[in-house]
Amino acid sequence: MRPTVRFLSDVLVRQIVDEAREVLAKVGVEITNRTVGRLLMEHGAQIDPKSNRFLLSGTMIDRALGTAPSGFRLYDARGDQALDLSGLNVHFTPGSAALNILDFDTSEIRRPATRDYVRYAKLMCGLKHIAAQSTAFIPNDVPEAISDSYRLYLSLMFCEKPVVTGTFRAESFRVMKEMQLAIRGTEPELKEKPLTVFSCCPTAPLRWSNDTSQNVVDCAQSMIPVEFISMPLAGFMAPVTLVGTLVQHTAETLSGIVISQCAKRGAPMLYGGSPAIFDVRYETTPMGAIETMMIDCAYSEIGRYLHLPTQAYIGLSDAKLLDAQAGLESSVGATLAALSGINSVSGPGMLDFESCQSLEKLVLDNEVCGMALRLIQGIEPREDFPAVPLFEEMLREKHLLIARHTRKHLKTEHFFPGRVIDRANRPRWKDTGSATLGARAHLEVERLVKAWTPSRLPETVRKDLTRLMADEAKRSGMNALPSLE
Amino acid sequence: MESSAELLNEIAEALQRGDDERTRALVSDAVARKITAKQILDQGLIAGMNVVGEQFKCQDIFLPDVLLAARAMYAGLDVIKPLLISEKVASRGKVVIGSVQGDLHDIGKNLVGIMLKGAGFEVVDLGSDVAPERFVETAKSENAQVVGMSALLTTTMTAMKRTVELLKTQGLAGTVKTIIGGAPVTAEYARSIGADAYGYDAANAVEQVKRLMGTTSRNT
Repeated sequence: MRPTVRFLSDVLVRQIVDEAREVLAKVGVEITNRTVGRLLMEHGAQIDPKSNRFLLSGTMIDRALGTAPSGFRLYDARGDQALDLSGLNVHFTPGSAALNILDFDTSEIRRPATRDYVRYAKLMCGLKHIAAQSTAFIPNDVPEAISDSYRLYLSLMFCEKPVVTGTFRAESFRVMKEMQLAIRGTEPELKEKPLTVFSCCPTAPLRWSNDTSQNVVDCAQSMIPVEFISMPLAGFMAPVTLVGTLVQHTAETLSGIVISQCAKRGAPMLYGGSPAIFDVRYETTPMGAIETMMIDCAYSEIGRYLHLPTQAYIGLSDAKLLDAQAGLESSVGATLAALSGINSVSGPGMLDFESCQSLEKLVLDNEVCGMALRLIQGIEPREDFPAVPLFEEMLREKHLLIARHTRKHLKTEHFFPGRVIDRANRPRWKDTGSATLGARAHLEVERLVKAWTPSRLPETVRKDLTRLMADEAKRSGMNALPSLE
Repeated sequence: MESSAELLNEIAEALQRGDDERTRALVSDAVARKITAKQILDQGLIAGMNVVGEQFKCQDIFLPDVLLAARAMYAGLDVIKPLLISEKVASRGKVVIGSVQGDLHDIGKNLVGIMLKGAGFEVVDLGSDVAPERFVETAKSENAQVVGMSALLTTTMTAMKRTVELLKTQGLAGTVKTIIGGAPVTAEYARSIGADAYGYDAANAVEQVKRLMGTTSRNT
C-alpha cells in the first residue's frame, strides 16, 4: 500500500472550507486591478460599500470549483510528458526565485549572475529525482525589469525539463509566453502541452496586487497553468492557530481560483501555497518549522477534498549553510510532502527562508527526493509468497546475491542514492579521501555540470528565444545580453 | 570466421554480462580452434573480469553483477582447467581463507572467496573457527601464496596475530603473505600484528591480494 499521512479529519476539512467561504462572502478580498475587478463583477461579485472589498458568493466559488480541472500534465521542451499533476502523484521542483546563491568556494551567500544560472540549469538536467526545473534564482547582471523573463530564457536554453516560473511585473508575461510559443509553435499546441507553471501570490491577508491578479488572468486566458501561492503567516498576518491559518489560506486560494475560472473556465491551476508560522523571537518565517510543514500538508488535504491538484513550498531549510539543519529540515519536509501526496513540491536547493539557492544542496536534495519517492512506493509483495522456495534456495546456495528473485527486484525494491550519500565503510571512506558531505556534493555538482549535454531544441528555436530575449533586454536599455559561455 | 582476438573479446563480453552458459560455449569454441588456455584465461576471462572490477569500482554495476561474472568465470575455467595443467600455465595464485579461531561469522569471508575466485585465483576455503595451525599447515600443503583471515569479533581478532606469528616462526613470513579483514579490523591493527595487507571490503581484498601476488598490473 502507498503510505499516507493525514492531519485533518473530514469534518474539520469541511468546517475550514465553510469558514473560508464565509470569509470570502462577508469579509471579501482586496483587488486593486480594475480589469480583474470588472471581471469579478461581471461574474457576480459584490463590492462592500464600506471597505471597497470584493465579496465572493458561495455560488461564484461553486461555479469556479466546478470548472477548475482536477489535474493536468506538464510537458518538457521537446513535448514529452514529464509530470502528471493529479491524484497522489508527487513531483519535485527546486524552490524558486531566490535572491542569492550559496557560493561553495567561498562559503559566502552572494548575488548570482548569468554564469551561476547556466551552471544551475545544466545541473538540473542531471538531477533525475527533481522532475521539473524552476526559475530558481535571479541573475543580477541584467536589468531588474527583465530578471523574470531572463531566468526563463536561460532555463529554456539549457534544460529541457518543464519550468515552474513567474513574473515580477505584469508586462513580462507577454515575452514569457512568446518564448513558450517559440518552442511549441502555436497557441493550441501550447495549450495542449503546457511547458510552464506560473506562481501567482496573493498578499496576506486576502489581497491581490495589481500585477499578480493580472498575471492570473493572463495565464488563464492562455491556458497556462498557475500555482496559487497563498502565504499566511501564522501569528502575524494570519491567526496564530494552524486551523485559523488554514481558513485564511483556503479563502485566499479560493479567491484565486475564482479569478482564474472567471477569466477562463477550465484554466489549469495548482492549489498551492507557501504559508509559514511567524517566529516571534527572530521575526522570521521559518520554512523548516514543523508547523509550517503541517499547514502545507493540511491544505493539500483541503485541495484534494476540493478535487484540485496541489502544490506546496515544503522541503526547504532556513539554514545558511549546507549543514545538518539543512538536511534535517529538507528531509522532514520532503518526506511529509510525499506522504501527503502533494503533486508539485517546490523546495529542493533552498536555504535561508526561500532566499538562497545552493547547487550543492540541490544535489543532496535530489537524493532526499529520491528517497521520499521510494518511500511512497510503499511495501508490496513481489513474488514473496510462497516463501519456502526462496529460503530453500538461500540455504542451498548459501546466499541470494545472484538469485533470480534478487536480480529481478533489487533495483526497484532498493533505492540506490548517488555518491553524495556516503554508505562506504569507514576505512573505505577514509581511503577515498574522508570527504565531507559538502565536498561530495560539490564533486557531484562539478561532475553533472561537466556531463551536461546541450538541449535538443532545434537551433532555429534557440535563435528565436535569443532574439525574443535580446529585444526585451533592449527595451530595458540593455543592448547586449551577458555571455552564456 | 571471426579472428581469435574477436573470439576472446566475445568471451570477455559474455563474462561481463554474467552469461555463464555462453562463456562456457565460447571457451569450448576457442579450445577447439586451438587458442591456448593461457590466452583464453588472460585475454578472455581475466580481461573480462578486469572490466567488471573497474565497473564495480565506479558503481556502474553492483555486487550481484560481479558475482554473476565470477560464475561465468568459473564456467570458463572448468573447460580450460585440464589444459592449464597440461600447458603448465602457472596459476594466478592460491589463497587460503577462513574465519579465525573462535569466530563463526563467515558471510564476509565467503564474499571474499567468491570475489577472489572470480578474479582468477585458486581459493582454499577452510570455513570458520580455523585455528592458526590449520591456516599454516594448509598454506604449506597447498603451496599457497596468501593466507586471508576474517574476524567479526574483537575477541577473536587476536587469533590473527597468532597465525601471523606462527608463519614467522615457521620461516614462512616471506613466502606466505597474510591479509586480514572484518568489521573490527583496521589497517592500523594489520600493521601492528605484522600482517601484510588489510582489505576493507571484498573488492578491496581482491585488490590487495593482487598486490601481494605482484599481479596488479597483469593484463590490466
